[in-house]
Amino acid sequence: MATKEYSFYPGCSSQKGASSINQLRSTQTICEELGIKLNEIPDWNCCSASIGYGGGGELPRLTLSARNIALSEQNHPGQDLVATCAACWLATREANDRFNEDSQLMAETNQALKEGGLNLKGEKKVRHMVEVLVEDIGFEEMKNHVKKPLEGIKIAGYVGCQTNRPFGINGESFENPVYLDKMIEAMGAEPVENYEKKVSCCGGALMFSEPEKSQALVKDILEAAYDGGADMIVTPCPVCQMNTEVYQAQINKKYGTNFNIPSVYYSTLMSVAYGKTAKEAALDGQIIRATKLEEIAGK
Amino acid sequence: MSSNTIKYRNSFLREVEANVEEGEWVRMCMQCGVCSGSCPLGPHWEHPPQELFMMIRAGKREEVLSSSSMWMCTSCYNCIVRCPRELPITHIMHGLAHYAHKLGLAPKNQPTKKFAQLFWDNLSKKGRVNELKLGLSLYFMNGFGEGIKTALKMKDIGLGMYKAKRMNPFEIFGGHGCKDKKGLQAILKKAREIEDAKADQYPKV
Repeated sequence: MATKEYSFYPGCSSQKGASSINQLRSTQTICEELGIKLNEIPDWNCCSASIGYGGGGELPRLTLSARNIALSEQNHPGQDLVATCAACWLATREANDRFNEDSQLMAETNQALKEGGLNLKGEKKVRHMVEVLVEDIGFEEMKNHVKKPLEGIKIAGYVGCQTNRPFGINGESFENPVYLDKMIEAMGAEPVENYEKKVSCCGGALMFSEPEKSQALVKDILEAAYDGGADMIVTPCPVCQMNTEVYQAQINKKYGTNFNIPSVYYSTLMSVAYGKTAKEAALDGQIIRATKLEEIAGK
Repeated sequence: MSSNTIKYRNSFLREVEANVEEGEWVRMCMQCGVCSGSCPLGPHWEHPPQELFMMIRAGKREEVLSSSSMWMCTSCYNCIVRCPRELPITHIMHGLAHYAHKLGLAPKNQPTKKFAQLFWDNLSKKGRVNELKLGLSLYFMNGFGEGIKTALKMKDIGLGMYKAKRMNPFEIFGGHGCKDKKGLQAILKKAREIEDAKADQYPKV
């Protein structure tokens, strides 16, 4: 199989010992299976996510992304820049679009980059890993690699916000994108039809500063998954994953609920369906264990 | 009267257009309220976005900049994709929040304001976020006593993350960062200088 190469921006949460290292591990697993080679951008920096605006302001914040794009241009010419994290992708793509629309902003950015010996041309395409899977690999090919169909598992495909808005995946609607459901189906599992909270917000970074308000949002997301008969939630976003998984005990305590539903990355789901081990699928990264996937991976 | 009020001769709208990210869009709002109705934290806003836009046009400078409202933005981008006039509302909210913070007018104990600053300080130190230090600084942002309480409340989550190898206690000693920390900081410094110089350049009206 011909290998497709991309310039890869892993982001802070994907570093060793960080909160979404399990996403990185399972992503590497499916990429290897699908003939995708991810070349890490050397010495990449934080994108400032969607909370950096408070302290950073406009140009310093955008310049962070400019440095990453410039490093990608320099080291991986001709390769699309790809991110797995929703916030990394959004911040980088937004910055890239704005540099290309606004020549003054581009000039100012380059003036700043010069201090670090870098220069931005702005000729990169900034893409999300899901775009690579959907557009460059395709549902059919994703399905072709399935060795253990995930039969009998019902899954709430939780797309969340930033993989979906303001850019989203080409051709999908903002209110009801269907690519994640199609990926679930391709793996042999059953997506929850009309999952009510598919594109609702989990509170994002405000889970840290406004935990009560954000946990109220997550409660509704979990409840809707249960209402749809889901065995688990699957999501493309590290913040969505963490927010829907790790606060369930606190939510139960506050609301008297009894939530205990696993929330996994699509890459974990795909790894299991591709017949990989629990470790390769990063199932050991779950705090609420995905037992149904563990059973299949153990077979 | 602050110097900016004098500078913009009471036109807060002009001040916002000149100094707030995407502020030039504020006059385009037609007050339909779709943004406010689409916001996941809508009920918690003292003044929802469309109200803020009208208040800006009505010159309510202090009320807008000292409001906790724009700090309620979760960056979900619902308002952006639904706005019939395609205003970049999320960015305007971020811009207003940053401008208020820069002028020292944002509410003193606004938790998201504090967290946003901690996040920026954390990432700009070494170029990458140190999640452990960020979490700890968040727990203790309201003093030592409350920090201990929060840390105890969060201990099960921390333990779970540690067991799943999604948290590393050794990050407290240094941890991840860019190799070219100096270059990155020089870039950020220059970007800040350019932005500040531009704010100073706006003609006095």
